[in-house]
Amino acid sequence: MSSSKKIWAGVGVLAIVGAIAFLIAGGLKENVVYFLTPSELLARGAEVVDQPLRLGGQVKPGSLDWNPETMDLRFVVQDSLQEVRVHSTGAPPAMFQEGQGVIMEGQYRNDGTFESTNVMVKHSNEYEAPHEGQDPKKMYESLVKPGDE
Amino acid sequence: MTSNSGMAKLIGVAALVTMLIGSFVGLFVVSPDRLQGDVQRLMYVHVPAAWLAFLAFFIVFLMSVLYLIQRDLKWDRVAHASAEIGVVFTVLTLALGSMWGKPTWGVWWTWDPRLTTTAIMLAIYVGYLAIRSFADDPDKRARWAAIVGIIGFANVPIVYLSVIWWRTLHQPPSSPRSVSPEILWTLLFNVLAFTLVYVYLMMRRIRLAKVEGELEQRVAYNG
Repeated sequence: MSSSKKIWAGVGVLAIVGAIAFLIAGGLKENVVYFLTPSELLARGAEVVDQPLRLGGQVKPGSLDWNPETMDLRFVVQDSLQEVRVHSTGAPPAMFQEGQGVIMEGQYRNDGTFESTNVMVKHSNEYEAPHEGQDPKKMYESLVKPGDE
Repeated sequence: MTSNSGMAKLIGVAALVTMLIGSFVGLFVVSPDRLQGDVQRLMYVHVPAAWLAFLAFFIVFLMSVLYLIQRDLKWDRVAHASAEIGVVFTVLTLALGSMWGKPTWGVWWTWDPRLTTTAIMLAIYVGYLAIRSFADDPDKRARWAAIVGIIGFANVPIVYLSVIWWRTLHQPPSSPRSVSPEILWTLLFNVLAFTLVYVYLMMRRIRLAKVEGELEQRVAYNG
């Protein structure tokens, strides 16, 4: 191949890679929805009832009700517009708290409750050393204590 | 050759020393995140491993393009070395991320877009290495590999951007604004240490690939 042909071959290859990346990304962008927000869930109405799906949002402050005797965990998950009651069995991850971002796997029931089989905590990308009086060692112990399972 | 080998040794020592310092500072000196506690220290190995995987696959892409233009097997050797090391770093990223995910997210694994695209990235480059073993002729092997090395790279920026484009459980990338300075500097130092490890492994692996190539040639010549 002459050098100008090589350059054009290189340009062609780059164009193909770019096109594939664009197609994958563009195609996925439309279809990849890892979780629904409370507003989206409620907007879909009856079609989502009893369907396995993920619901994500913020644990509404003041809504947390954890019963260590029965292992029942109840809280309300919200976005800026709507809220959904959630019920789950078993202790949540240690970082779970009111105001925290959470994603639940489970099914939305006819009675308006999301029956969760798996509660996951979505943490932020902010990392900061402890403030005065906080002990990270204690936090670590509470984060991995065997009772969480 | 001697000077090249001496250089490799020097970089190897530098890699070892920076790894030891980086790990020591990351484990014992700097305060961990106030919410996550000590688990956050995994950041100092998980994030560098991920960055080096990206870099390694970018080098595969670059060398694949160079090979197709110049048809010189030396570019193929660099691409091959970088793909192997990139796979190691990708496996490390997934394993360390999984260990970090369990105590913070509550799960070892979930099929969110970041984790899924990373798994696809691993599959692509394992495929890259696998396809190499199907061709006996070095030029044909290099050509096939280069095509996979170029097309497969399309997924790599998607892995990085997945947390920005889509809803994920994985948090978006940290920035100097979202990380306090002592954590940031410890992270950057560990990225440097991992980069030196990458460079050292590359020098050794390319050298090995060259010897492998010569051996292959002689065996082929002697029938």
